[in-house]
Amino acid sequence: MVTDQVSIKQKAVWAALQTVMDPEIPIVSVCDLGIVRDVDEEEVIITPTYSGCPATEMIGLDIRMALDKAGFDDVKVRTSTSPPWTTDWITPKGREKLIEAGIAPPVQSSGSKQGLFSDKPNIPCPLCQSTNTILVSQFGSTACKALYKCGDCLEPFDYFKCI
Amino acid sequence: MSNSSEALFNFCLRLGDSNLILGHRLSEWCGHAPILEEDMALMNVALDLLGQTRVLLTYAGEVEGKGRDEDKLAYHRDTFDFKNVQLVEQPNGDFAETLARQCFFDNYHYLLLEKLSVSSDQTLRDHANKALKEVRYHCQHSGEWIVRLGDGTEESHRRMQDAINETWCFTGELFTDTAEDRELAEAGVVALPSSLKDGWNKQLSAILSEATLERPEDVPVPAMGKAGAHSEHLGYLLAEMQFLQRSYPDATW
Repeated sequence: MVTDQVSIKQKAVWAALQTVMDPEIPIVSVCDLGIVRDVDEEEVIITPTYSGCPATEMIGLDIRMALDKAGFDDVKVRTSTSPPWTTDWITPKGREKLIEAGIAPPVQSSGSKQGLFSDKPNIPCPLCQSTNTILVSQFGSTACKALYKCGDCLEPFDYFKCI
Repeated sequence: MSNSSEALFNFCLRLGDSNLILGHRLSEWCGHAPILEEDMALMNVALDLLGQTRVLLTYAGEVEGKGRDEDKLAYHRDTFDFKNVQLVEQPNGDFAETLARQCFFDNYHYLLLEKLSVSSDQTLRDHANKALKEVRYHCQHSGEWIVRLGDGTEESHRRMQDAINETWCFTGELFTDTAEDRELAEAGVVALPSSLKDGWNKQLSAILSEATLERPEDVPVPAMGKAGAHSEHLGYLLAEMQFLQRSYPDATW
């Protein structure tokens, strides 16, 4: 049946995409970060995390190469910015992998509105789980991360900001 | 171009150019910021602005329909064709002046994007919904620094107040309506600039009072960057930013 073939192909494309890692956090796949939005028999739709993320083009290229390698050179890669990427799309597996990499995953839903002097969320340290942590800088090593420091184990760590 | 697409083209340039020029100014801090974390923060904000510029200038080129892409618009135009507000082309000055400029723009930018997120134009609507998430962090960053410096030491308070006073005269342009603004508002593309003023005043009052700083008096708006009139500073900035494309037109690597 045609539909069966389609779903088998889609599954195979998804499997190929699972091997594509984020260039900045190479243990989390682009699927688990929610960058791959949809897959059908003709195209893969991806969305950039931040407007100015320099990894976007590289991710597109890595996906292209993974598809070609798996024999899907007929599948196109398309970038879409709507709906905008949100940290809510990071999968539970993605969150686990982030902690493994020493990065605290986003703690709250991204729906919150602008709160200039709003209460800062309590970010647990990914190493010792202490919530005695302080924000060092709202902007860390990449646009998607903030820099925190643990007050107990004293380790500095990255926090994946909610957007 | 019809009148309505010309107004839309100019609007995309106005916001796109403002993002581009401010992003370039911020990038001048690379390696010079007071602390390493702040160096990275300013570069992150610059990168967000540059990413947003690409969307807006690409769209401007499409609306114009003459085959100009983002690079052509960024590198092959001269001063009088740039439509950025004069606020963003002002030199970095000291760290306080950079932050005053940033805080004024960030809060305006956020309110503008909020209006744009319900625009009748789908590309602008999509852009605004994405950019809002980023600009929220810009507002927090600059606002918190104003408070930290304003309510800091005697020296930091004095310099922050001086910076606010010096930069204030460029804020009037942000809320001045032109004939094109009225045309765009009627078409539901974006609300009038003047309609953002109350919200901006409220945000700024909250920040300034928390920072124990005084709000300067408003002054008349003499000339406007969004009409193509610029201070001498923009020419020097473009000379550096556009150097490569001017010396080696259409070079790629």
